[in-house]
Amino acid sequence: MSSPNPVSGSPDKEPATEAQAAQNAVGNTDRAATATAPKQPEPEPRPSLGRLFLDNLWAANTVTVTVLAVLLAMLVGAVLIIVSDPEVLATYGYITARPADAINSSWTVVSEAYANLFKGAIFDPDASGFQAAMGPISETLTYTAPLAFTGLSVALAFRGGLFNIGAQGQATIGVILAAIAGFALPLPPVVHLLVALIAGAAGGALWGFVPGILKARTGAHEVINTIMLNYVAVYFLSWIIVQNGVQNPNRSDAISKPVDASAQLPRLLGDNLRVHAGILLAVLVTWFVAWLLNRSTLGFELRAVGANPDAARTAGISVTRTYVLIMVVSGLLAGLGGANMVLGSTANALTPLVIAQIGFDGILVALLGRVKPWGVLLAALLFGALQAGGNRMQSYSGISLELVTVLQALIVIFIAAPALVKAIFQLRAARAARLQTSLAKGW
Amino acid sequence: MSTTAVPDVAVAPVDEGFWTRTRKTGAVLLALGVLAAVLFGALATGQQARFTLSETEGGAALEINGTVGAILFGVIAAAAGAALLAGVPKRWFTLTLGVGLVAFVLSFLCWQVSAAPEGRNFMPLVNIVRGTFILALPLIFGALAGVLCERTGVVNVAIEGQLLMGAFSGALFGSISGSVWVGLVAAAIGGAFISLLLAVFAIRYLVDQVVMGIVLNLLAVGVTGFLYERLMQTDAQKYNSAPRFGNWEIPLLKDIPVIGPALFRGNIFLYLGLLLVLVIHIALFRTRWGLRTRSVGEHPTAADTVGVKVLGLRYRNVIMAGMVAGIGGASYTLALYSFTKNMIGGKGFIALAALIFGRWSPTGALLAALFFGFADQLATYLGAIGSSIPSQFLAMLPYLATILAVAGLVGRVRAPAADGKPYIKG
Repeated sequence: MSSPNPVSGSPDKEPATEAQAAQNAVGNTDRAATATAPKQPEPEPRPSLGRLFLDNLWAANTVTVTVLAVLLAMLVGAVLIIVSDPEVLATYGYITARPADAINSSWTVVSEAYANLFKGAIFDPDASGFQAAMGPISETLTYTAPLAFTGLSVALAFRGGLFNIGAQGQATIGVILAAIAGFALPLPPVVHLLVALIAGAAGGALWGFVPGILKARTGAHEVINTIMLNYVAVYFLSWIIVQNGVQNPNRSDAISKPVDASAQLPRLLGDNLRVHAGILLAVLVTWFVAWLLNRSTLGFELRAVGANPDAARTAGISVTRTYVLIMVVSGLLAGLGGANMVLGSTANALTPLVIAQIGFDGILVALLGRVKPWGVLLAALLFGALQAGGNRMQSYSGISLELVTVLQALIVIFIAAPALVKAIFQLRAARAARLQTSLAKGW
Repeated sequence: MSTTAVPDVAVAPVDEGFWTRTRKTGAVLLALGVLAAVLFGALATGQQARFTLSETEGGAALEINGTVGAILFGVIAAAAGAALLAGVPKRWFTLTLGVGLVAFVLSFLCWQVSAAPEGRNFMPLVNIVRGTFILALPLIFGALAGVLCERTGVVNVAIEGQLLMGAFSGALFGSISGSVWVGLVAAAIGGAFISLLLAVFAIRYLVDQVVMGIVLNLLAVGVTGFLYERLMQTDAQKYNSAPRFGNWEIPLLKDIPVIGPALFRGNIFLYLGLLLVLVIHIALFRTRWGLRTRSVGEHPTAADTVGVKVLGLRYRNVIMAGMVAGIGGASYTLALYSFTKNMIGGKGFIALAALIFGRWSPTGALLAALFFGFADQLATYLGAIGSSIPSQFLAMLPYLATILAVAGLVGRVRAPAADGKPYIKG
């Protein structure tokens, strides 16, 4: 406890400071895509290629740490499954007499749960026919789309040095406006969808603008304001649902009118599979955010402000304007994510829980994706897969869906503390500064 | 627009010309008072507004004609605002502002109560005061947990998770052991567990503290939700039927009108919460531990230089914060309800708001928590008398008030200087 990092000894163990981390983020942007695959070492005569490859694999690069974090999280999840199963737990009562019982029953319940997780998310070997085979992927992609939007929203703000916890609230306002545009405006098919999407984006942008302008004008910390605005949005949603003209006249509970068919995102693989055009939009937006961050003037200013606001101001960049713009664009992305929830196939009407947790999950997705656009998309894919698989795990193995929340939180905890994963697995130290995720500041 | 405000730069409110903070506040209060007198006065009916000193309609009551009351209190609020605008001595500022705000609320109440249908046009003050304290209780514990953490330089966004974990482990172990005291200890340990994770990751692994707090909240929701569905739903009798603390009556004090029945016939958590406010206030500002805690929160390097063990103190305080919040969570499951999934439902974030609104001090946090509790109770009450004010907008009040406070529109709030910054020795 005398030193913050007792396992230190190599340079990377030294905590990267904010500036280092931020600069590092700036320097690494063009390598966003390469972070997804271990770099092939150049062939050299002395150490064999295989040896180098193994060394590099076991070095603490992003992929290795991510994979190990997922494994660790699943391990903890397995422990939770075992201790919460009274029958399996009973076999531990006589573990000294018959250890095989305990091990077998634990293995059965855990392996069955995770097998269902896999089958629900990726592929079910027992499935026959195109629809059944594509079902899991379709579900995964359906859950991925909104998470990609909120993840990008949080990641973009992170890169500008702002911590947008308000993606939840921005998505909430987005979903409200998108739904109202979806059922209140009589418009022809394609135009209607576009208008509804724009309405959702505008709603999110508005909800992002408020903390942005407050930060720029008064210095009020965006973390506090976005948390508070999340709840204001939640109460606003629960109020507007029950208003005349919004509430479904045929229902007495809190649900709005359904969105017109002309405003819904088209389904990609027939009417029986839920995957819809939202995922294509997500890929498009990911590309756009990558371009915005790495190739545009705004992106440059944004990264400069994120790395060092004082230096950016000295260089003639208007920090206040950039802060406002970051929050507006960030809110816009979250608003699109919210719009996805009601214009896609997840739901077609407003309910108090219509956007679930996509805003908070977006924070996890952004961190897991190392706040890089394409990384965020992959992280959203992983979370979408967990969500889809979790549904099957719940219905087939009776393991509560909450386990998925636990797994997601644990993965991000391990990701956020690469030093911990490295210490557990005795990973060689390499390029660890890149693993640093923290960019935000205190209040 | 050219002046850039960066959070780290605390701009000292020096001479601002005519429009000082006092005058701005006064102008706002004056406008509110005039609004109350005109609008509430016009909307109020001539019906009597009764504020009964009991839990029911009967008994002694303060009565006032609705219209007269709304206008009268509105004028008082406006007068207080005018006094601030004209310039009162600094030491009268808080008092004048307090009188003005209370008068504004009273004007509002006169309108609402008098506009209620015949037979419901009364406000049972005992219920209101008691409800305020019951609803404020988790906020008080949560905000105190925040004070302990943040005064020592660790941002605690995980209050929600600590409350939830406390509520859960209190219910679980209270049910298994059949003892409230075991449940109480288990709740403290449950809250401390989340805190320990926060401390280890924030202090040792230098993970961003806000990130860690958010993730820990999700972890707590997941773990408690998972175990709730697996254990408590399958066998509620065994795992989710914790015994409850009864009410303790304090002799003599319980006979004070209004305050007595509301405050001195409460359960252990009420007394413990109020006691903790006092203890932490004294400890923080009058003891060696408090001085060290505050110095570590403001300037850890300086504290380290004079020999304070910065990291050790941070660990200790963060874990203590978790215990306080855990007990706060138990104030649900060991006194009021059995555990349900995600039962804290955002109270942890209101507690965070109370902490900030109360300017990171225990007494401030208490007052803010009571204010938020009152808003909550008022929403319930107005719903019961069929008011036209949507309860959702009253529920937004704590959050909006915090935004205004943080933006510097209602005074200036400032966090401990080293809050959220990890300390790296050397």
